Amino acid sequence: MGQPALLAYDRRVERGVHDRGGQPTDEPIDLAEHELADWEVLTDALVSALSRRGLMNVDELRRGIESMPRSEYEQASYYERWLFSMEAVLTEKGVLTAGELDARLGE
Amino acid sequence: MTLERGQRVRVSARRHEGHHRTPAYVKGKTGRIERVHASFTNPETRAYGSDGLPLQPLYLVGFAQRDLWPGRGGTADDQVYVDVFEHWLEPTE
Repeated sequence: MGQPALLAYDRRVERGVHDRGGQPTDEPIDLAEHELADWEVLTDALVSALSRRGLMNVDELRRGIESMPRSEYEQASYYERWLFSMEAVLTEKGVLTAGELDARLGE
Repeated sequence: MTLERGQRVRVSARRHEGHHRTPAYVKGKTGRIERVHASFTNPETRAYGSDGLPLQPLYLVGFAQRDLWPGRGGTADDQVYVDVFEHWLEPTE
């Protein structure tokens, strides 16, 4: 019956939504440079500040992005994913309460 | 550090729920240790609030593109280099 030890490596590997390297696509890849909006620069700075304060690290940021619902992940831009993750992780840690950001934004 | 430059290694294709940095396209594939980087905190635990200790050795592993994407053209010399943590690697004979 062949080599059973190889079977574990032959089976299909499931991928997270982010794990798309090497996947075939017919979609053209947009390689154009683009200007960052102010909120994108601020989002980047905010993650750095949170990291420096020990409130959140880059692995948590990545985990939060990867756990986005697939449809939301696909529709979100790069820094929108960061925002989604930041809110999710900080809420999970109790730094933010659920709905706190929306409430503040509504003020 | 238990692996050395030049060693052939296979990347585990085990199921891993949760955050990890091993891309799907190298899982189950065989490559060669090209560089021994150093040891780093483990993103798989650090992603859930741990300190990521103990440190895990990280290697640069070279794969033949033809092994990763059969039928995609290129030459036999074309390589893809990926950073892979030691606990995803096992030496092949």
